[in-house]
Amino acid sequence: MTLKIINPGLSTSIQDLGRPGYFHLGIPIGGAMDRFALRAANMLVGTPEDAAGLEAVFMGPELEFTAPVTVAITGADLPILLDGEEQPGWTAFDVKAGQTLSFGFLKAGARAYIAVSGGIDTPPALGSRSTYPIGALGGVEGRPIAAGDEIPVGQGAGGKAGASVPWNLRRGPGKPTHLRVLPGLYWHRITDASGQNFFDDDWSVAPEADRMGYRFKGGRPLEFVEREQPFGAGSDPSNIVDGCYSYGSIQVPGGTEPIVLHRDAVSGGGYFTLGAIVSADMDLIGQLQPHMPVKFEKVDMAGALAARKDRQTMLQAVRDALS
Amino acid sequence: MKTRYTYGGDEHIYIEMDDEMSLDAFFKSLSMSNAVRDANIDGITEICPANASFQVRFDPDVIAPDALMARIQELEHKAEDAEKRLSTRIIEIPVYYQDPWTHETLMRFRERHQDPSGTDLDYAAQINGFDSAEAFIEAHHSQPWFVSMVGFVAGLPFLYQLVEREKQLEVPKYLRPRTDTPKLTVGYGGCFSCIYSVRGAGGYQMFGITPMPIYDPEQEVSYLKDFMVFFKPGDIVKWKPIDRAEYDRVVAEVEAGTYAPRIAEVEFDLEAFNADMTGTNAKLLEALNDA
Repeated sequence: MTLKIINPGLSTSIQDLGRPGYFHLGIPIGGAMDRFALRAANMLVGTPEDAAGLEAVFMGPELEFTAPVTVAITGADLPILLDGEEQPGWTAFDVKAGQTLSFGFLKAGARAYIAVSGGIDTPPALGSRSTYPIGALGGVEGRPIAAGDEIPVGQGAGGKAGASVPWNLRRGPGKPTHLRVLPGLYWHRITDASGQNFFDDDWSVAPEADRMGYRFKGGRPLEFVEREQPFGAGSDPSNIVDGCYSYGSIQVPGGTEPIVLHRDAVSGGGYFTLGAIVSADMDLIGQLQPHMPVKFEKVDMAGALAARKDRQTMLQAVRDALS
Repeated sequence: MKTRYTYGGDEHIYIEMDDEMSLDAFFKSLSMSNAVRDANIDGITEICPANASFQVRFDPDVIAPDALMARIQELEHKAEDAEKRLSTRIIEIPVYYQDPWTHETLMRFRERHQDPSGTDLDYAAQINGFDSAEAFIEAHHSQPWFVSMVGFVAGLPFLYQLVEREKQLEVPKYLRPRTDTPKLTVGYGGCFSCIYSVRGAGGYQMFGITPMPIYDPEQEVSYLKDFMVFFKPGDIVKWKPIDRAEYDRVVAEVEAGTYAPRIAEVEFDLEAFNADMTGTNAKLLEALNDA
């Protein structure tokens, strides 16, 4: 069984839950930007939650199935067409051999996840099928999918057609989207007033937003606490001696436009970071389109852990609803 | 040197040995990250050493952040007591300085540079007080370097030169990062040299290129068959200046699968080094020449 790619869309890549363990060598964890959506899609088609699916950004691909399978699409609201006939999102449906899946124009969100019963079965690299194009790892020959690719699909029993994630358990971005931040890392480099402005200001997603990181604009520039720059750091007040970056960490080169590092993060560098987005809100970033409004919301560790618990409860509710 | 502990969200603890770069800070960071690894603490998923800091990634569902923070803090004295000695290797990396490929690239991005009238090497030589690019190149390759961090992107080493602080070469990064850097460019930013393991964006000044691949996801290069990444923190590097003919020869040997980097096993003792830098470096280079 294979998926024949007729049109790859804008940038569609194979992703699973990533390859932990190599960040110390500059190879990021990668995997689905919106892990909740990929897990839900996999549950719907009866594959393990960590199986590989397709992550389509802004535009869906067009593909043909060579054998009957069950399919589910979650995440972004991208009208789903099977041989031209609309199918519901967040819902499993059966596909016959020779049928073609395509998509309409994006209505909301940014990334759709396409799961197939049996899961995508390309060769894993360092334990994962996730595509990391910078390092030419995973996916199809280390790259996003292209027209003419025939992507292997594993054997699997398949989910139940018609199974659906309840409405209240489908999470998408808000207006504005609130992203919770735990201040830390090099927070002490900016003035108290700047720190307050960062949370007060209205931000929006800049056009430079991809799997490596999301850039934001619109807020006031940050002011730094004055100091003589330490040896090896570089002359700009936003420079530090190159250190590791956390997933979700927020760097502000030159103090102007914050960048949140995401699943394909660079592992380190010489810019100060003021803290990190809490793990519970990383999925949401994956559903943000350029120009969408965002507020950064300050939380403490207890708040970050409570948010994490909420996400786990929600995921468990999906499992319970579909079991 | 005062250690600073902080959180990076709910999944990372960040430990900074010092806010400035020094071999002491690097050694302490490496010892402490090793002590954390050896402690085998449940819930730690990754340990990433950097130049003067390191980061621990963990699963807060397995260990509470404050409990892990306390465990790591307890290990600091172990790092302080640890012998500042490393069993490592010294590797000769051939560099074709002033090569045509980085030259083409630096000309293409000239308007993003501090000094659009010269080359990156001319600029680096001038701001570091050298008479010529050639004299700067000599300072760059005559003394060995420590790989103090591997990262940014896949397999990219940051290197810190084994010389007194007043002899350290320092250059700023490009005013605006380039969108392109040739694969295997030897770059420089702050007090660090680097080798761009893959082609891509970059902000470091460009000095030359090595014919020796250091990252191979296909694992076809003869010396990368066991693992796709060549460098690890603690490796020592000696740059060897080469010309076009030797560059072409090494490229052909790598292609044919016959190229073997020159490597020697060595001991590095920080206190011995601090007491006699010239002598320690001479011994390191002797070991390499005997290999």
